[in-house]
Amino acid sequence: MNAAAEPVIVVDSLTRTFHTGRGRTVTALDHVSVTVEAGTCLAVVGESGSGKTTLARIIVGLERADGGTVTLAGRVVAAKARRHELRRRAQQIQMVFQDPQSSLNRRLPVSTAVDEVLRAHSRLGARARRERCAALFEQVGLEPRHLTARPDELSGGQRQRVAIARALAADPAVIVLDESVAALDVTVQAQILQLLAELRAEKGLTYLFITHDLSVVQQIADHVVVMRRGVIVERGTTEEVLGNPQHPYTQLLLECAPRPGWKPQRGMIRALREEIAS
Amino acid sequence: MSAHILPTHTRPAGTPLARFFVALYERMGVLGLIAIAIVLVAVLGAVLAPVIAPYDPTVGSVTQRYSGMSAAHLFGTDQAGRDIFSRLLWGARSSLTGPLIVVGVTAVFGTLIALVSVWWGGLVDALLSRLLDLLFAFPNLLLAVLAIAVFGPSITTAALALSIAYIPYTARVIRSTALRERNLPYVQSPQLQGISGAVITVRHLLPNIAPLIVTGATINFGFAMIELAALSFLGLGVQPPAADWGLMVSNGQQSLLKGYPAESLLAGLCIVLTVASLGYIGEKLGGRAAAGRKA
Repeated sequence: MNAAAEPVIVVDSLTRTFHTGRGRTVTALDHVSVTVEAGTCLAVVGESGSGKTTLARIIVGLERADGGTVTLAGRVVAAKARRHELRRRAQQIQMVFQDPQSSLNRRLPVSTAVDEVLRAHSRLGARARRERCAALFEQVGLEPRHLTARPDELSGGQRQRVAIARALAADPAVIVLDESVAALDVTVQAQILQLLAELRAEKGLTYLFITHDLSVVQQIADHVVVMRRGVIVERGTTEEVLGNPQHPYTQLLLECAPRPGWKPQRGMIRALREEIAS
Repeated sequence: MSAHILPTHTRPAGTPLARFFVALYERMGVLGLIAIAIVLVAVLGAVLAPVIAPYDPTVGSVTQRYSGMSAAHLFGTDQAGRDIFSRLLWGARSSLTGPLIVVGVTAVFGTLIALVSVWWGGLVDALLSRLLDLLFAFPNLLLAVLAIAVFGPSITTAALALSIAYIPYTARVIRSTALRERNLPYVQSPQLQGISGAVITVRHLLPNIAPLIVTGATINFGFAMIELAALSFLGLGVQPPAADWGLMVSNGQQSLLKGYPAESLLAGLCIVLTVASLGYIGEKLGGRAAAGRKA
C-alpha cells in the first residue's frame, strides 16, 4: 500500500447526541477521533447502537455533528454545503449502504444509478456514458445484460455490485462501506469482499469499513477501531486487536464470535460484562 | 382510461387485448372489474350525454309530470315533467367533473407541499406542517360554505374550496411516506453524489410514492363526490335547473313524499355506486402498492 501514509480522513473529537423524546438522550458519539491513512482499510467494529453508523454518516456528510470536525483530504466536511462543495466531496468520498434492496430505485433500470453519477460528474455524452457504465459493470463483475435489469431482477449480491459500481463512478479516493456485506449470505459475502480487495489493490482506494462481523474485519482490514456506546475502547492493527485484545469489550466481542468448536459460555460472557461495567 | 378501453367493444378480442384483460382481472378481481365497468359507464354517460340523452335535461312538460317508467321515459319524469334518464346522464357531468377538480388540485398541491417539506426539512417543514394544522382546524364543508358565502354559489367555487380543505389530508399522508423514502439509500446515494434535490425528488422520490398519490386520489374522489353532492343538495353547489346527482336527490324530496321516489333513489344510487366503485378500485390499487413495497 501507500508508504507515504498520508491521512486522508481525520476525525477530531466528533460528538453527536440524539434526542429520543421525553427528554431522553443517546450519545452516539462521544469525542471520537480517528485517522485513516490513504490506501488503507480501517474497520470500525461494535455492536448495534455503538455509534459506528453515525460516525460513517457524519464522515460522508449525511448527518451533522454536534461538535468536532471531519477533515477529508484537507477540507472540512459539513452536512450543509453548497452544490459545488458537495460535488467536490462526491469525487473524494462515496458510500455503499447496508441494504442492497433499498439502495437502488426499483422503478428504474439499475444502470441509471451509475449513469446519473456520470452525468453529474463528467461531460461525457450519452454514448460515452453508456460505454463507461458497461466498463464499470464489468469491473464489479456484472454482465452487460444486467445494465437494463430492474433491481427486483437482480440478487442481493448483484445489487450490491451495482451499488459499488455507482460508488466508483465518480472515481473517489475513499469508500465508506456501511455494513455493506452484512445483508448477504456467506458465499456472496466472500465474493464481494474479494471484489473490494481487488478494487482497492487496483485503484489504491481507501476504505472505511463499518461492521459488526469480526470475520469480515479479519479478511479486509489493516486497522481496527472498536467502539462501544459512542466511545472508542480499543484501536490498533488488525493482528494486534484480534490477536491480543486488551479491552474487555473487545475480548467479549471475540468471545461471542462463532468459530469452530465454539460453544456459548454464559458464565464467561457475564463475567466479561461485569468487568466492563466496573 | 375510457378512451383506451372504448374500442374494445367493437373489435374482436385480439391477443394483446386478451392479455390486458387477464392482467386487469388478476390485479383487480371480479369485483374490481365490475367497479371499473361502473365507473366507465358513468364516464361514458357524462361524455356522451348530448348524444344519447333522449330529452333536454332542463326542459319539462307540464302534461308529463310524474310519468312512470315507459319506452318514452326510461326512468320516468320528475315533478317538472323532465326526463330523469336524461337528467342522470347530464348530471353525471357536474357530478364527475366537480370531484375531478378536487382530486386534481388536491393531488398536485398536496404532493408539492409534501415533497418540498420533506426535501428541505427543518424550518420549511415546520412552517408548512403548522400551515396544514391550521387548515385541519376547519371542517371541510364549513370552509366550502365560507367560500361560497364570499364568492357566490357555483360548482367551481365549491370544488376549489373543498380542494383546499382536502390538501392537508393528502399532504400529510404523502409527507409521512416520502419522509420514510427520503432516508432510504436510493435517495441518499444520489444526494451524496451532489445531485440536486429537485432532480432527486422528481426522478427518485416521486415515482416511488406515485402509487400512493393515485390511491389517495381515487379514495378522495368518492369523498369529494359525496360532499359536493351535499353542497348541491343544500343549494350551494350546482344551481337549478342544471342537472346534478346531488341536486336531484334534493329535488326529489317532495316527490318522494308524494310517492314518486324514482328521482331521489336513482340519483342516490348513481352516487353510491360510483363512490363505492372508486373506493374499491382505490383500495385494490393501494393494496397492490403496499404489497409492492414489501416485496
